[in-house]
Amino acid sequence: MKVEQISVFLENKAGRLAEVTRILGEGGVNIRALSLADTSDFGILRLIVNDNEKAKKILKDNGFTVGKTNVVAIEVEDKPGGLAKILDTLYRAGINVEYMYAFVQQSGENAVIIFRFDNLDEAIRVLQENGVTVINGSKVYTL
Amino acid sequence: MIYNEEFETLPREALEAIQLRRLKNTVERVYHTVPFYKKHFDEHGVKPDDIKSLEDLHRLPFTTKQDLRDNYPFGLFAVPMDSVVRIHASSGTTGKPTVVGYTARDIKTWSELMARTLMAGGATKGDIIHNAYGYGLFTGGLGFHYGAETLGASVIPISGGNTKRQVMIMKDFGPTILTCTPSYALLLAEVAEEMGVDFKSLKFKSGIFGAEPWSEQMRQEIERKLNLDAVDIYGLSEVMGPGVAVECIEAKNGLHIFEDHFIAEIIDPDTGEPLPYGEKGELVFTTITKEAFPVIRYRTRDISALHREPCKCGRTLVRMERVSGRTDDMLIIRGVNVFPSQIESVLMEMEEVAPHYQLIVDRVEHMDQLTVMVEVNEKIFSDTVRNLQELETKIRRNIKDMLGISTIVKLVEPKTIERSQGKARRVIDNRKI
Repeated sequence: MKVEQISVFLENKAGRLAEVTRILGEGGVNIRALSLADTSDFGILRLIVNDNEKAKKILKDNGFTVGKTNVVAIEVEDKPGGLAKILDTLYRAGINVEYMYAFVQQSGENAVIIFRFDNLDEAIRVLQENGVTVINGSKVYTL
Repeated sequence: MIYNEEFETLPREALEAIQLRRLKNTVERVYHTVPFYKKHFDEHGVKPDDIKSLEDLHRLPFTTKQDLRDNYPFGLFAVPMDSVVRIHASSGTTGKPTVVGYTARDIKTWSELMARTLMAGGATKGDIIHNAYGYGLFTGGLGFHYGAETLGASVIPISGGNTKRQVMIMKDFGPTILTCTPSYALLLAEVAEEMGVDFKSLKFKSGIFGAEPWSEQMRQEIERKLNLDAVDIYGLSEVMGPGVAVECIEAKNGLHIFEDHFIAEIIDPDTGEPLPYGEKGELVFTTITKEAFPVIRYRTRDISALHREPCKCGRTLVRMERVSGRTDDMLIIRGVNVFPSQIESVLMEMEEVAPHYQLIVDRVEHMDQLTVMVEVNEKIFSDTVRNLQELETKIRRNIKDMLGISTIVKLVEPKTIERSQGKARRVIDNRKI
């Protein structure tokens, strides 16, 4: 049920993001989804890619600090209120969302959103109990 | 003007006779009261009786900051604790500070030396002294305070910080002598200007500035902006505190060392050999009147040179040149001694593997600013901004707790810190002093 995400530490200076995407591109790694969190002096790039091990290795070889985190990919009805319903469910269950970002590709008729939770297992349980579709990692990497 | 005409203008021969007598007493006393010195002298095959002339001082072994650390906190005190009336401390090379003690007579001696210092810097009984050196474990604030009272001047114990309020008090109380670090003097000038207060309308005659390195150019800038005469003062807590040496306002050309209380030497920092007058090397001090915390040939790590030509102020005391550098990697940040190893120990305590770090020192708007660059390795990396910001805050807080100074902590990518021959360059000092 879990999806592996890699994260990369970036200094907030020109050309760093381009460098990461260039390295991944040259290594034949396809980026499935990404989000960038930034502060005044650093940024954290989070990526879902088609080949985690390869992405991690080539980034490390190029001197980047790379981390691995488990996240959840959830199908959200692509209509007004679709996301609100899911967030409301999580809120009622007392589950805190660290961050989230959207997938470019759809899963059938539905949008796909990546969630990072503090308590991943509990979040998955609550979502499934409430009839939300949690997508398998292997499916996500190839969407 | 000279506070103690007799002792500050002694003929060299008379001064040296006093020095020898006091040196013999001190050596005799530390040998019998401080186990460290007995062991240290014995190991070097020298006995107190071997000191027959001032030249024999060179036979005694050096004392280093490491020796002070090994005997933390009170191991080098030469009197029982019930004779100690004051304790001061400065930062050491790692977590523990360097601790010094004073008897009632030591405080009296120090106060007199500070009265001499103030008068050499142009202060008299009728002056009002604005003392913006920090009060506390640091010797600056209280050293000047007691000196001012001994001189009979009025002292405003304002200590450091709250600069706007300081300017208001300068305007309202009309102090005539300013005592603070040179960089703080420039900050005061700037804040006063922002507040529309012209230093020309204030009553300052002179200022005594020290506790950090500064230059002749900085003196000119201070004199111009603050409209006063600026003199340099030297001291360190291990020897006494401020009041070891001071420039006279008449010549402003080298700092007179109070040789009736301290014997100064210049040595080659590599060989330990004494160097002749005029040559640059490491300053070494022996205290010859201190009771609670005497030091024998203490290596200051400060680089200077000694001159014995007579001075136009009339003092016969040897003069030391303005300190031009260090023989170790100690930094002075806003008057606080900082060793890179201290920052390293803060980082080590937080993580099993010490991340690579680098210290960048700048002078921003006349104040020293220390930036700690920390390379983010996998151990400390997190995918959430919150965790990384908490890490920055924690490093900043731990450094503040240990050193008492505020820093900017900046997380950087791995391998961004320049390495030369595999070793990281730990400090980049961009200050133009």
